[in-house]
Amino acid sequence: MDSFGSDYSSAAGSGKMDTGTIMEQVKVQIAVANAQELLQRMTDKCFKKCIGKPGSTLDNSEQKCIAMCMDRYMDAWNTVSRAYNSRLQRERARM
Amino acid sequence: MDSQGVAADPHLQQFIEVESQKQRFQQLVHQMTEVCWEKCMDKPGPKLDSRTEVCFVNCVERFIDTSQFILNRLEQTQRTRGSFSETITD
Repeated sequence: MDSFGSDYSSAAGSGKMDTGTIMEQVKVQIAVANAQELLQRMTDKCFKKCIGKPGSTLDNSEQKCIAMCMDRYMDAWNTVSRAYNSRLQRERARM
Repeated sequence: MDSQGVAADPHLQQFIEVESQKQRFQQLVHQMTEVCWEKCMDKPGPKLDSRTEVCFVNCVERFIDTSQFILNRLEQTQRTRGSFSETITD
């Protein structure tokens, strides 16, 4: 218990990190994590949709398909986000 | 002494709470987008057509319904089973 607390304060004290700096860093790390998550899932889904049999290059039609797939994946993400948000709002109103 | 850590800062604590909640929301959006993509998406076209969009919205609603249904049913079976529940919660 003690060592956990002192570890924390010494790490923060030596680097002179104030609350604002920590918040900023946390926000950046969250944004990076979310971008990576999106990139990974999008790559997975669009690879599945657009690459039937992997050839010797990423040909033109495959590139077009991937570009379109990326845009549709973002649309889907935003639609899901909106739907989930409105569901939460409705459930909060019922309480 | 032990309450002097950074985590004790009420400002920071509230910030972490809010960010955690936002992150849980985002994580579920990632997950549901992936699940519903499999259910609703044919070949990606130049636009997300309205039929597909309706499918995504319904997919989200039913996914949450399913999650709540399972949670409720598990709670019910836990309550009625009594002695069995001890092995489950362990």
